[in-house]
Amino acid sequence: MDYIVFLILFPFLAAAVLAFVKNNTVRKVVVYTSCGLIMAAAVAFAFWHFTEMDGYEHILYLWTGEETHIIDHIMLGAEFLMMIMIIILGIKNKKFFAPFLSVVGTGLMAWFELSGRVNIETNNLYSDQLTVIMFLLIGLVGSLICIYAVGYMKDYHNHHTEFKDRRTFFFPMLFVFLGAMFGLVASSNLMWIYFFWEVTSVASFLLIGYTRTKEAMNNAFRALWMNLLGGLAFGIAVMYSISKLNVITIQNLVDYVDQSAIVIPILLLSFAALTKTAQLPFSKWLLGAMVAPTPTSALLHSATMVKAGVYLLIRLSPALYNTTAGMMVALIGGFTFLIASMLAITVSDGKKVLAYSTISNLGLIVACTGVATEETVWAAILLLIFHAVSKSMMFQAVGAIENATGSRDIEDMHGLIMSLPLLAFIMVIGIAGMFLAPFGMLISKWAALKAFVDAHNIILILSIAFGSATTMLYWTKWLAKILACKAHSTKVDYKTSPGQWFSLIGHALMMIALCLSLPYLSRIVVEPVIAQVYRVAHVSVLTPEDLIIVVVMLVMIFVIPFLSRVIVKHTKSTPNLEYMAGINQGDNRTFEDSFGHIKYNFLSNWYLTDYFGEDKIWKPVVAVAVGIMVVCAGLVISAVSGGGLL
Amino acid sequence: MAKVSKSPWMLHYDGSSCNGCDIEVLACLTPVYDVERFGVLNTGNPKHADILLITGGINTQNKPVVEQLYSQMPEPKVVCAVGICACNGGVFKDCYNIIGGVDKVLPVDVYVPGCAARPNAIIDGVVKAVAVLEEKRKKYKKERGEKA
Amino acid sequence: MRLLLVLGYIVLAPLVGGLLAGLDRKLTARMQGRIGPPLLQPFYDVKKLLNKEILLINNMQYLFAWCFIIFIVFTGGMFFAGGNILLVFFVFTTAAMFLVLEATTTNSPYSVMGANREMIQMLSYEPMILLTAVGFYTATEAALGQGTFTIREIISMPVPNVVYIPGIFIGFLFILTIKFRKSPFDISMSHHAHQEMVKGVTTELSGGMMAIIEISHWYENVFLYGIVAMFTLCAEWWSIPLTVGVIALTFFLEVLIDNTSARVKWDTMFKTTWVVTLIFGAINIFILQMFG
Repeated sequence: MDYIVFLILFPFLAAAVLAFVKNNTVRKVVVYTSCGLIMAAAVAFAFWHFTEMDGYEHILYLWTGEETHIIDHIMLGAEFLMMIMIIILGIKNKKFFAPFLSVVGTGLMAWFELSGRVNIETNNLYSDQLTVIMFLLIGLVGSLICIYAVGYMKDYHNHHTEFKDRRTFFFPMLFVFLGAMFGLVASSNLMWIYFFWEVTSVASFLLIGYTRTKEAMNNAFRALWMNLLGGLAFGIAVMYSISKLNVITIQNLVDYVDQSAIVIPILLLSFAALTKTAQLPFSKWLLGAMVAPTPTSALLHSATMVKAGVYLLIRLSPALYNTTAGMMVALIGGFTFLIASMLAITVSDGKKVLAYSTISNLGLIVACTGVATEETVWAAILLLIFHAVSKSMMFQAVGAIENATGSRDIEDMHGLIMSLPLLAFIMVIGIAGMFLAPFGMLISKWAALKAFVDAHNIILILSIAFGSATTMLYWTKWLAKILACKAHSTKVDYKTSPGQWFSLIGHALMMIALCLSLPYLSRIVVEPVIAQVYRVAHVSVLTPEDLIIVVVMLVMIFVIPFLSRVIVKHTKSTPNLEYMAGINQGDNRTFEDSFGHIKYNFLSNWYLTDYFGEDKIWKPVVAVAVGIMVVCAGLVISAVSGGGLL
Repeated sequence: MAKVSKSPWMLHYDGSSCNGCDIEVLACLTPVYDVERFGVLNTGNPKHADILLITGGINTQNKPVVEQLYSQMPEPKVVCAVGICACNGGVFKDCYNIIGGVDKVLPVDVYVPGCAARPNAIIDGVVKAVAVLEEKRKKYKKERGEKA
Repeated sequence: MRLLLVLGYIVLAPLVGGLLAGLDRKLTARMQGRIGPPLLQPFYDVKKLLNKEILLINNMQYLFAWCFIIFIVFTGGMFFAGGNILLVFFVFTTAAMFLVLEATTTNSPYSVMGANREMIQMLSYEPMILLTAVGFYTATEAALGQGTFTIREIISMPVPNVVYIPGIFIGFLFILTIKFRKSPFDISMSHHAHQEMVKGVTTELSGGMMAIIEISHWYENVFLYGIVAMFTLCAEWWSIPLTVGVIALTFFLEVLIDNTSARVKWDTMFKTTWVVTLIFGAINIFILQMFG
């Protein structure tokens, strides 16, 4: 428990220190040491958990009496501070919807708490295998992102002199974010989860609006109101379960004896999770978040923020099984998976493709939690792990590429393997990890598909069938651009800072380790989670035979390149010009057109905007998503009111 | 016939011709002449081709193109000049821009005369070219063996 | 037994695939009123290619060409070992991706154009491939009560799968035309009109490397006919002659369609394939799940 308290409180402390550090070198030292401590604590906690517990146990931390009341009051005070700040910023920027939501949410919560309706003594903290996984992800991935941010932000302000340097604000916010995430996943008390939930919303709002440009502020407020709307739903769910059901912890809520009594809070909590995970129709906020500097995007897209929503859904999944709320979550998730992957085909901005792919992958995870069988939750957790690591890595790589070449457009990444070989190699690992055969993401997709078929849900089956095709297209064409060997190109003379390399290579190694250890990862790390979530003795999802094949393929993937090198060395071949109908000018880059002019040869990727363009499909898609939500909510309400509405 | 000679793939290049010979080359592919009987394919890609079949003469503009196409063909390879223009420039010989027959820029192995060259003459030429190809293949193999 | 099958595939598939390719060319020639090349012509071609010089743009081409053939052979091996059909399809897709990479890494205009079209082809056929796997699962579920993706179990049902999933079969035959690179969908590596795309993805391959691609296509085709066989094979003895008949018919149909239809534009292919997938594949699975 010491580890948990340390990990929750320490980032806030680091944030407080960093707020007063102006010198770049001192900041570097503080960030590096804090991140080191966080990583060490997270790993030590996990190590302690794996050695002391057999993976199937969990611990409740009873934390009662005076100290918790004080903490409750501190939280309430912090919520008021956040509300006031939102109001001031809202008035400054003439945005009124978000402040309105904030006032309603905070006001309701304050009234509820101060009127003494919360009088259930309970365990506030909780830790089991899922907590440990989340701690490791947040601790390792999140800290690496902070380390990366030190070097990145220095370059960023060298390139973007038009923005005010507010790094004394930026770094504290990153650490606040980490602290809030630790708090969120370690809390058992719904009131506490709600508090940390709101902190992540506000912190992301501040981080997105970092540059203070008009676009950034617009996107930041969009993110804020969407998340506050979810937060409001969360708050109402908390109040409902405390006052009506006399339940204050999330575990008790999910285990509640009368399943029909909890449909309303479960529906509201699912709704909150859908806003947080940027599912349709709320996807715009995550897309807008990419105006922020890269560490922000990396943090929001990978280990934190969106994963908070996924985490909540995994916790709720036993209560979602075979219910209307579960159906809503599954349908929205499946739909988002398909649509976001289609949209990802149509854009060429690297960060935007990553953003759409995040939304799309989250859609798959969300759909898995919505179906809520043991296999799908297994797949969801594996997807969560792989997605967090690879997406964080890719965002950082794209950020480093942008700092080096001045562009993050995929077309400009043509021949990256020649100009920035190491960064290109990291991108290749990331992309391969996202969709290629033997890697984790695909194995999870496989389990998900099997479970969807078992669930007899034709809509989800079609989503995954078509969504896989579109997913493959946008990754393949990006990979193809990176791996194209442009003739006569030279290495870009640019030094990415050691801190950034540390983070990137750390991620790459984690990714490879995760892929290679997949069978163990499944058996030792993920399956106990399922057992805990579903209160069953033992789970095994993949047959050993399939896993062996997967491992064989993984080995192949690493062996083939070396084998091919040997073959290439021993085969006689002659270098030759590209075929350009005989008018190649001899440098493989230019040709002579029919007027005798020299033209540059360049072929761009295909974007299929006529079919999947955002301007074409966005409105109908949002309408469908809202429709699904309204219908499901209507079904739940009419069921609760005894069918009176029907 | 063995190896190369059983599957001669050709690249047809239309130089400074009147298109008469080109029509006849295409006629070779039709059911009447069916040049695929001999395994001949019209590839349109120098990298896959064994025989460079050129109709029409060489002018200043297409000289570098013909040279580049030839350089892009993998060894062993032969050049077959089809029609009188490809052989020595034909009626265009004295034009201001004509350099002459194909042999001015490439080592021609087989000459197929005619204006236009008859399909049976072309096929005959291709079969002759195949024989040359076989010779070259042996030579190439020997050279490669020596190098390795 | 399973090892024998896999070894058999690795050794015999090129022979069978090459013969099928030869038969294809002969049949095509006859349909066009020509005599056509000898039956063994594809072998002559490959033998010649192996004896030619290799012209390279860069070494990456070589790497990806080898990856392509290794993954194709691995796909077929897993298939004939009777493994998991879904996993087989995933590896199959990865193999296809290596072909795309082989083309784009050269940066040559015709290759890249072909690769772009190849990607559209993948986008078109991929949903139907996955639905085929789902179809087998649903069929076994309807027949045995317990669904399975394991090929061994799928082909030992009491009745042929096609009885349950005729729609999936039609959909699969439709995308088979794309996979066999037959007209009207031979848009990325156009076999017949060499002139338009200069053989698209293989433009920059010469000599031995071209031979590698040809051989892997033979492996690929045998694997694809294996999938066709899965629709008709069952535990009864008569399913074997039936399967041979169906494969022969499929082969003939593909050649016939190839010779009687003109190549379409990529968007026509994309739209029709997705519509066919939705109509035949999705409805078939839906009905089977509802009433099976």
